[in-house]
Amino acid sequence: MLRIARRGIVVAACLALVAASSACSDEAPSSSGGGTAASVPGVTDTEIVLGTHMPLTGPAAAGYSKISPATKAYFEYVNANGGVHGRKIKYLVEDDGYNPANTQTLVRKLVLEDKVFAILNGLGTPTHTGVLDFLKTQEVPDLFVASGSRSWNQPEKYPTTFGFQPDYTVEGKIIADFVKKTYPGQVVCHMGQDDDFGRDSLAGVEQVLGADGVKEKQKYVTSNTNITPQIQAFKAAGCQVVISATIPAFTALSLGTAAKLGGFKPQWVPSSVGADYTTLSGLLGEGKVLLEGLVAPGYLPVSTDASNPWVQLYQKVNKEYNGDAPFDNNIMFGMTVGYLTVQALLKAGKDLTREGLISAVESGGFKNAAVGPYRYSASDHSGIGGMQMGRVTGGVQAAFGPVVQTDDGAGPVQEYTEAPATPTSNGIPAV
Amino acid sequence: MERFVFLTFDGLSRGAVYAAFALALVLIWRAARVVNFAQGAMAVVTAYAAYMVSDAVGSYLVGFVVALVGGLLLGALVERGLMRFVGHANPLNDVIVALGLVLLLTAVVGIIFGGEFRAANQPFDTRAIEVGGVPLMSRYDLFIWGTVATIVVLLALLFTRTAVGLRMRAAAFAPEVSRLLGVNVGRMLTLGWALAAVVGAVAGVLILPTELGLHPHAMDIVFASSFAAAIVGGLDSPVGAVVGGIIVGLILSYVSGYLGAALTPVAVLAVLLAVLLLRPGGIFSGVRARTV
Amino acid sequence: MSTTQVRPARSPISRLITPRRTGPRRGSTLLRHLLWVAIAAVAVYFVSYGIDPFRNYQLATVAAYLCVTAGLTMLTGLNGQLSLGHGALMACGAYTVALAQNEFSDRGVLGAWALPVSLALGVLVAALAGALIGVCAARLRGPYLAGVTLAVALVVPAFTTRFAGLFNADQGLSVYVDPAPAALGQYFPPERWQAWIAIGAAMLSLLIVANLVNSRFGRAFKAVRDDEVAAKLAGIHVARTQVLAFVVSAGCAGLGGGVLAVISQSVSPSVFGLTLSLNLLLAIVLGGLGSLFGAAWGALLLVLLPYLTTEVTRGLSLSPGLANKLEGNLPLAIFGLTLIIVMLVAPGGIQDAFRALGRTIRRRF
Repeated sequence: MLRIARRGIVVAACLALVAASSACSDEAPSSSGGGTAASVPGVTDTEIVLGTHMPLTGPAAAGYSKISPATKAYFEYVNANGGVHGRKIKYLVEDDGYNPANTQTLVRKLVLEDKVFAILNGLGTPTHTGVLDFLKTQEVPDLFVASGSRSWNQPEKYPTTFGFQPDYTVEGKIIADFVKKTYPGQVVCHMGQDDDFGRDSLAGVEQVLGADGVKEKQKYVTSNTNITPQIQAFKAAGCQVVISATIPAFTALSLGTAAKLGGFKPQWVPSSVGADYTTLSGLLGEGKVLLEGLVAPGYLPVSTDASNPWVQLYQKVNKEYNGDAPFDNNIMFGMTVGYLTVQALLKAGKDLTREGLISAVESGGFKNAAVGPYRYSASDHSGIGGMQMGRVTGGVQAAFGPVVQTDDGAGPVQEYTEAPATPTSNGIPAV
Repeated sequence: MERFVFLTFDGLSRGAVYAAFALALVLIWRAARVVNFAQGAMAVVTAYAAYMVSDAVGSYLVGFVVALVGGLLLGALVERGLMRFVGHANPLNDVIVALGLVLLLTAVVGIIFGGEFRAANQPFDTRAIEVGGVPLMSRYDLFIWGTVATIVVLLALLFTRTAVGLRMRAAAFAPEVSRLLGVNVGRMLTLGWALAAVVGAVAGVLILPTELGLHPHAMDIVFASSFAAAIVGGLDSPVGAVVGGIIVGLILSYVSGYLGAALTPVAVLAVLLAVLLLRPGGIFSGVRARTV
Repeated sequence: MSTTQVRPARSPISRLITPRRTGPRRGSTLLRHLLWVAIAAVAVYFVSYGIDPFRNYQLATVAAYLCVTAGLTMLTGLNGQLSLGHGALMACGAYTVALAQNEFSDRGVLGAWALPVSLALGVLVAALAGALIGVCAARLRGPYLAGVTLAVALVVPAFTTRFAGLFNADQGLSVYVDPAPAALGQYFPPERWQAWIAIGAAMLSLLIVANLVNSRFGRAFKAVRDDEVAAKLAGIHVARTQVLAFVVSAGCAGLGGGVLAVISQSVSPSVFGLTLSLNLLLAIVLGGLGSLFGAAWGALLLVLLPYLTTEVTRGLSLSPGLANKLEGNLPLAIFGLTLIIVMLVAPGGIQDAFRALGRTIRRRF
């Protein structure tokens, strides 16, 4: 009895399968990426929905977790003053904890479930690299990725992806150019994170100083906090200038370790990634005197420069819309990204589509707090191409010297002579 | 040669802290037969308390005392309030509860203090004393060694010379018989957890100045290295924990110095395999029962 | 009637919930399991049409984890070997599939058989790694095995950085995957195709593990777990049993890792770190250790719990100052608290709780 019943189930299942396979089919999606404004995902008459993935928790959250609240605060400021062509910006922030597995799920959630108009300022090279193919297939604008990798500048392969900050090779070239001019003949060494950050930085440095221009090269990994062997190697090699591609925690650790070894006081030139004075002094505590004389490049105004109109604008927005959070370069970063996004959205026009936004960004010519030019064009998706050196004197970090620009190829490092832009009177970009 | 000497002393400095943390793990294993995966998170909580108080009052010693007291309270609380109620039908349940506790404690610390790195300043000079031009240990390293040695001696005295220590050992080794003989096994268990938490808290306070700073995930990697150290030495042996810590510290230093920082996990795995293939219970494991 | 037992009268409800366990099983185990697989396949087919693409992606992720948890629950629950390194074994499978798929696409060798070959290679490599670890760890028990496997889990980034030319270090590799066959229709969402691939792999994994568990090897696993000396006296070769369990679970992990590489179209070392290994352990214990249904519950929880905790906290509207502190941390706190509460309330896991519920219902009726 039971055997007949079992066979019956199998037969019924097969019949059902055959019937169902003919019944199940897919219709064309009701809206595609380039439909009318009414059917563009993430855009309604009153709202634009943007999404991002950021490490809000986890070991990598230090510093970076403050970027998205700052961007959100700037969007709130714009929304309170009329929005973009009458639409308010809604910013969905997802926490991926710097784990690429989470990023995969969260970006798909943002695109497929929350139906965002664009992904903005996704943070992290390993995390964001994994979602490039998905965003390309879905034709979602992937704006202003928060990482200095060169992977975001591939217009043929990933036409919707754009970088934002100067990539690590550009920065390496600019630093090396400064070191060549300011410390001629001294022994130069390089400390790099053992991934594309360190590698690209070293490539840029060696392009300017020559393959034998760097005497000692050392690497570190974030999972190993004992870098005494590396610093001791620098000391033994007699390094006088150390260029470092380090995150803030490891810049501080390098300075502290060098002090411990006694008698080792090279000129440190860290990457802009790990050179913010406020962050570093917080890390070093009583040891912040070690920061005296630190030289580093930057692409945004220094957050402690109260005379800069952009700093004044951002501090006002920070006080009113960001709960008066401690003001450092992460807030500068977040709000500049917000400002640039509003500029791009305004340029894309009232009839907002995904293609329109891509064309608006590619048209380039944006001017805001960034000290250097934005290199956006149809063939260049890289981002800011210029930086200015800054020095810590008497506990104050201040910019000095000219703004210089270069590309991530073999181009020379040249001065950028255009005057810095100032914000509009109400701090919201003009149409 | 100079580099070798330097790396040796560097490894010994790190090894001292791994030894202290491994000691905490061994204590809980001996008392409760469970590996405390939450040891790192508990040490972070007490470290935050210690440094907040120390910064507010301006005295490192006060912070240190806060760490001791905090460790006692936290260990007792975790055992009495949580671990006691975990069913022992399955030994993995303790592990899962500990992992849940890690997430909870890390998140709570992150909510209260934020995820930023905070400076953890050393009380002593951290400049290395140079002998013949080679930097050896700094005064702070000597302080770490002194503290770890004191802890080991105190614990040894406690377990072998005091009545409480005897009761704790009895409660861990044969709970039923001890109960019959009048030992309050539950209280001994709580005491074991509290002691282990104190040792872990002290280890945390000691190591944080040499790490990146105070933040919710500061002890994650230290826990992994200390766990390896405890395994190498044998989970049942406090001496093994110290020896294991030294070995792990030295290996990490040599590999970082000669082969590159990225390869240190491979070195740890190699050491573990080498030791455990010869002695499956760790270096200082006792004589195993005869097998057929 | 030839039975010697007195069977109590059973109402239809109780018969439905709790199957009869008296007497030996009749019929072939393989055929019975294949029938279950067929029914499940049909059910999943219908479900995958009824849900939207993101849910299909979540379903695919659950299936990928199910491949791994099936093998892991057999290893830890039935054979008593605690492994904290299955994330690394998943990485073996994932990277092999990535390299194989990219190699196939570079040489222009395509076709429907390319993906199964890549997955099979992934399983093979992971099984080899599992054999290596299993042989080294055959004599280790309890926390010592846990320590070694924890060290294995931490080795993945070191490998990818050391051989950066092949594995591209932290940035990882992107995986070339053929789009869904044209025969399925022009608007067939790729997420559904991924879900089908993942479910197929999970069914295969479950089939193999279920059959193994019901065979003499499964009985040997349990014997060694319960009493090693007695098992040895009964003639079971303990080391070989341990290694076999490890190899099979490693192969399952390799399959799961390979499937994960296919559905996310990328691999990188931080995906397969210690967190993943601990999450897998969480999954099998929460779901119910030693049971394949438990493995399924665990895989489901692994994907749904983070999603649900984030959704819950998203509903709260907070001031910017408070939001800064709570964002990201609050879902994790809720997750940790949930783990603790579930372990205290249902120590045997969810499957055990359901079984207890079934028994209570059976007693009532």
